[in-house]
Amino acid sequence: MSEVDPKELRIVGFLCNWCSYGGADTAGVSRFKQPTDLRIIRVPCSGRVDPLFIIKALINGADGVLVSGCHPRDCHYSDGNFYARRRLEMLKRLLPFLGIDDKRFHYTWISASEGQRWQKTVTDFTSQIHRLGPLHSGKEAQP
Amino acid sequence: MSLDKLKQIITDVLKDVDVVIGYKQGFDALHATPCFVTKPEQVDEIIWSPLCVQNLAGYLTSLKKKVGIVVKGCDSRTIVQYMQEGLIDRNKVVVIGIPCTGILSVKKVLEKVKHEPVEEVTFGNDGTVIVKTPSGDTKMALSEVAPDKCETCLYPTPVVYDHLADEPIASTKDPQNVFKDVEEFNKKSLEEKKKYWEKEFDRCIRCYACRNACPMCVCQDSCIAETRDPHWISQRSNLTEKMMFHMIHALHLAGRCVECGECERVCPMGIPVNKLKKKINSDMKALFGYEPGVKPEDKPPMLTFSVEEKNIEEHKL
Repeated sequence: MSEVDPKELRIVGFLCNWCSYGGADTAGVSRFKQPTDLRIIRVPCSGRVDPLFIIKALINGADGVLVSGCHPRDCHYSDGNFYARRRLEMLKRLLPFLGIDDKRFHYTWISASEGQRWQKTVTDFTSQIHRLGPLHSGKEAQP
Repeated sequence: MSLDKLKQIITDVLKDVDVVIGYKQGFDALHATPCFVTKPEQVDEIIWSPLCVQNLAGYLTSLKKKVGIVVKGCDSRTIVQYMQEGLIDRNKVVVIGIPCTGILSVKKVLEKVKHEPVEEVTFGNDGTVIVKTPSGDTKMALSEVAPDKCETCLYPTPVVYDHLADEPIASTKDPQNVFKDVEEFNKKSLEEKKKYWEKEFDRCIRCYACRNACPMCVCQDSCIAETRDPHWISQRSNLTEKMMFHMIHALHLAGRCVECGECERVCPMGIPVNKLKKKINSDMKALFGYEPGVKPEDKPPMLTFSVEEKNIEEHKL
């Protein structure tokens, strides 16, 4: 990842193309103020998010990971987020076992019209990660 | 259990299958090795003792022939899991079940006898084993050298079988205690747990023996730990890559691991590889009431969903 302001932390967001990415866009178009720590990766569906994406991000330098998809029953592909919910819940419970605070990972459901909700989620999650501080202290994590 | 009865069953089964997989004596008295019986005269090589530790069911997915297979209670769960995932044709497999009274861990025995060459192993009727080495006999209770999985074994009698070599045995273990060790470990502080895994995974030499021995690792040549496209992990030998490998292994077994313990048994560095999978299994039990490899009609929880999840609540920030 590129050089960043030392005060800024690295948060990776996996957003579903149909809902949450649209929600983030709505928030942008409406000019809601948002923290800039989050880097968004657009995925076709929250069901595309392999729990390994999150692990890989966390052990390779990210301080937090946010996953957001369509609300349950609203999936563009009808059931992608149902699968995602099971996988992400499994991961959320596994992280503390590995010694990673599960507060560093959050998954939620945000629709394309919920710009306000998106702004609140990003702001709250970013401040939560800031309270926890950097995951990788000192030396730069290897690429 | 009488060996003659097992041999008789194998002789009978051999008439309708191409190969029967059992155990025979390995390179020394302490090791058993898989035995592929294709001719009736080979049946005499078959042995059965607590030294028969391997999970032979792992061979099933790669064999296209009609196979007879000797399984212990724990190994039989592998077959049930294969059935759940449609990985084998049950009509092509004849399961010869052995009600198991517990096996031993070769690693633990070798530790007891200080890695001296083993000349003879004899089992007493009172649950003891006498290991003869050049410096004398060592007597030990089977329970002190049993692998960890035997301590919480709920299925000593195979959950699926066509022939049973002895009378079924009921488990004497308390189902409440199965996940006690992972729960205990989970109570430690985050910092302690992180240190623990860093120390354990740092020893990993990336030999991939755990993956190769795992009966549920069925991707074979497409394992993402080795493919270059997608390039999940590099060849670098650092903690990040080692950790990532173990994460791939654990997460690909989420809700599928039958806890046969092969990964831990084969690990040359003694890494507790099974612990992560056990933790995931305890969550699967808590979230979906699912236990891998018990009922053939079940569906692995990660391969299905329900619209309303009873035990998953939305997380608040």
